[in-house]
Amino acid sequence: MKITVGGEVKEYKDGLTVTELIEAEQVQEAEYVTVALNEDFVPRDEFETKQLKEGDTVEFLYFMGGGRA
Amino acid sequence: MFSNEQLERYSRHIILKEVGVKGQKKLLEGKVLIIGAGGLGAPVAMYLAAAGVGTIGIVDADEVDLSNLQRQVIHTTSDVGKAKVQSAKETMEAINPDVKVITYREFVDSTNILDLIKDYDFIIDGTDNFPTKFLINDACVMAKKPFSHAGIIRFRGQLMTYVPGQGPCYRCVFKNPPPKDAVPTCKQAGVIGAMGGVIGSLQAMEAVKYLIGKGDLLTGKLLTYDALKMEFHTVKLPQHVKDCPICGENPTITELIDYEQAECDMK
Ligand SMILES: [Zn+2]
Repeated sequence: MKITVGGEVKEYKDGLTVTELIEAEQVQEAEYVTVALNEDFVPRDEFETKQLKEGDTVEFLYFMGGGRA
Repeated sequence: MFSNEQLERYSRHIILKEVGVKGQKKLLEGKVLIIGAGGLGAPVAMYLAAAGVGTIGIVDADEVDLSNLQRQVIHTTSDVGKAKVQSAKETMEAINPDVKVITYREFVDSTNILDLIKDYDFIIDGTDNFPTKFLINDACVMAKKPFSHAGIIRFRGQLMTYVPGQGPCYRCVFKNPPPKDAVPTCKQAGVIGAMGGVIGSLQAMEAVKYLIGKGDLLTGKLLTYDALKMEFHTVKLPQHVKDCPICGENPTITELIDYEQAECDMK
């Protein structure tokens, strides 16, 4: 299936879960990442069960500090 | 109503149909509070002063350090050791004497933030740590103040704009601060100097557009910038997060929270 990850179209196997995608995409600080699926947030406790489907759009949102110090 | 000097100073604004005399007047009547006079706050303060934003407050408890100068372009070598707010004020007044700069040499916390923001039209989060970012968010939601959130680290930056009633807040997206030291700040991880310039200038742009009431703001969107890939990317966010503990339908946060700072952030 084709899904869009961070604006890029990618090919993944059918039935891929959010947790599997996080691993495949080598998401840093994965414990704290926010996942948006088709403009909705995925609750953390659903990462392991939530399966992605053809045409889905996934975004990873990261904590970013920095600015002043 | 404008002096000849002002007409000349702001001529490149006034000639823009989106700004004009009306918009410039709105800028001169505008009040923006910048929290943090560092990598992000520096370009914001300089561009807003140059633009003629009439009242600019700037909050920072620190002094200028030599290691700041790689990115905090509002301060110069001779300012090392000086209070950041004082150094910033001097630069801003040198750029534009039309602007009233109000300095607050203090840390923001739950006891002073509502008082700090109450007289301002728009708030800029130019801070470097998550406890303060969440505090600014919660205070702005409670006080119904629009603000620009931004963060920078290494070669990456991001920003979003909160306007009451128009899309999600920072907490809708990020829920709670990460445990201290779990996610590095730029002091620990480093940041490329021009990143503050890119992202801070975008924050200044949001403030200006908000004040003149033109264009689309980054509400309901998170703009990310990756300098190594040289890519900007806009992530559309859910428009409404019903169970957000601060801006949702049944807020559970009714008092401001002082989260624990990572030790390395304390001076
Ligand atoms: Zn919220």
